[in-house]
Amino acid sequence: MMTDTQKRAIRVDLQLIAEMVEPGSRLLDVGCGDGALLDYLHHDKQVDGRGIELSAEGVNACVSAGLSVIQGDADQDLDDYPDQAFDYVVLGQTLQATREPHNVLANLVRIGKRAVLSFPNFGYWRVRTGLLFGGKMPRTNSLSYDWYDTPNIHFCTIRDFVNLCGKMGITIERGIALDHKGGERGIGSGMRFANLIGEQAVFLLRKS
Amino acid sequence: MNEQTSGQIDEGGAPSVSDQEVGKQVRLGVDKPLRLDCGVELANYSVAYQSYGELNADKTNAILVCHALSGDQFVSGINPVTGKEGWWDLVIGPGKLIDTNRFYVICPNILGGCMGTIGPKEINPETGQPWGLDFPVITVSDMVRVQALLLDHLGIKKLFCALGGSMGGMQVLEWAAAYPERVFAAVPIATAPHHSAQNIAFHETGRQAIMADPDWHSGNYLNHDSRPHRGLAIARMIAHITYLSEPALQNKFGRRLQDRDAISFGFDADFQVESYLRHQGSTFVDRFDANSYLYITRAMDYFDLAERHGGGVLAEAFRGVDTRFCVISFTSDWLYQTAESRAIVKALNAVAANVSFAEIESDKGHDAFLLEEPEFWKVLSGFIEGAAERYGLVGT
Repeated sequence: MMTDTQKRAIRVDLQLIAEMVEPGSRLLDVGCGDGALLDYLHHDKQVDGRGIELSAEGVNACVSAGLSVIQGDADQDLDDYPDQAFDYVVLGQTLQATREPHNVLANLVRIGKRAVLSFPNFGYWRVRTGLLFGGKMPRTNSLSYDWYDTPNIHFCTIRDFVNLCGKMGITIERGIALDHKGGERGIGSGMRFANLIGEQAVFLLRKS
Repeated sequence: MNEQTSGQIDEGGAPSVSDQEVGKQVRLGVDKPLRLDCGVELANYSVAYQSYGELNADKTNAILVCHALSGDQFVSGINPVTGKEGWWDLVIGPGKLIDTNRFYVICPNILGGCMGTIGPKEINPETGQPWGLDFPVITVSDMVRVQALLLDHLGIKKLFCALGGSMGGMQVLEWAAAYPERVFAAVPIATAPHHSAQNIAFHETGRQAIMADPDWHSGNYLNHDSRPHRGLAIARMIAHITYLSEPALQNKFGRRLQDRDAISFGFDADFQVESYLRHQGSTFVDRFDANSYLYITRAMDYFDLAERHGGGVLAEAFRGVDTRFCVISFTSDWLYQTAESRAIVKALNAVAANVSFAEIESDKGHDAFLLEEPEFWKVLSGFIEGAAERYGLVGT
């Protein structure tokens, strides 16, 4: 038996995503990076996982670790998958780097019975104050790039995202804002506050 | 005669069928003949194969290695025919990436081959003469059917893994589409779901070279005690260029001259690359049968997985397939390009199959899968390890 301290350490948003996933389910991780979440879910939740990753290094690291991962792109390759092929489709910290986030989102809830995603919140107070008082593009823990070399091209706030889900007829089953220490706050009635203190957000979604 | 610098290709010593070392050999189709795609039935035919390692008690640790056009069953150790290392000795053997202390590796010589499995140079029992062009035209599906019958014969119901590159990869794809329940994991490497017009064009050029050689005697050369060595050598030279990449050739040879300080103003092999290709051609004819080359290249040209198993739609060929796939391509392979592998991956995704896909950065061209490529080996090893864990094969 593994104790908690021996458990694989994964990013705080991935930890939260992992908690939302039922053991033994089928899952597709879009933008799976080095496969940390897939590896964690395989060992700790017996999840039948697949991944898509843009970088060749990421793909090779994943496959070398025994994970089922293909080289591909959230904008281009999700169209290939059939409807409801997975119990969950995960998009961790990748939505803001896609060319057409709304199409990607539509594909996530089409391919998966549920979609789980995390993204950096542009409504976070440090982002707001950074721009307001510093007059510069904000840099925070979850937005660590300079404006000219960032892969992130479509930022949104938690409020923007909730509005888009409403417009697209997507049901939000859970919404959680994570502050800079990883503290959780539900998004619902306390939207204004969550959108201010949330450095990033995690959502569990399904097609209505 | 030194074939490396001579103006003409060495005719070489004719290979003798009878004294050739073929390893293990079984006779199949004794009770029930095999009906080929072309409609002809083959009965009581030989299949040669090599095996490495031990089959475990449950017969669950078998890995089928499918060889490419010019390969054979001697995948590991020393090939008794050439005296050189087997074609994938770098990867397969005791303690190697595919560890034969752990897995039972089996590699059959393909149907139509010339290393102990029935092919055009074997004797047609009806005439007592070599088959020659009377040998029926075969397909990749026929090759795989023979392999399946060989596994039946050996009592292996399910393969842990089928893997192979190039035409070997086509056989792996055919295995997964035709016998998905018999393949837990499949690794098609540097291959394609069908032959492109360019692939067919190169093969046709090679075949024409063989058939233009007067020593071919309309395919009946064995009865004339001759061999179309020049034609076969040219076919091999053409094919060999397609197995390499432009940078690989440039790095290896450039415009360097062969054993001379200046150009000769003649048609000797002035350049190292010429000498190299002549050598490739002449060593090939020593071990390969020209008619076999015709039949096997034809089988590859006819290969079209979507047409055969998917009614023209590649994804349909994989519907319901539970096999774990690992598709691998190489950046500089222009014979079976990454786009071909992507088409396979796209089709597998369309039926939500379990697939890994890695494109390996390499300047070695199509042949990269046979050579030392650490990144490729890392991916292959990781995939096999991960698949073995999920198949319940505990490491040793």
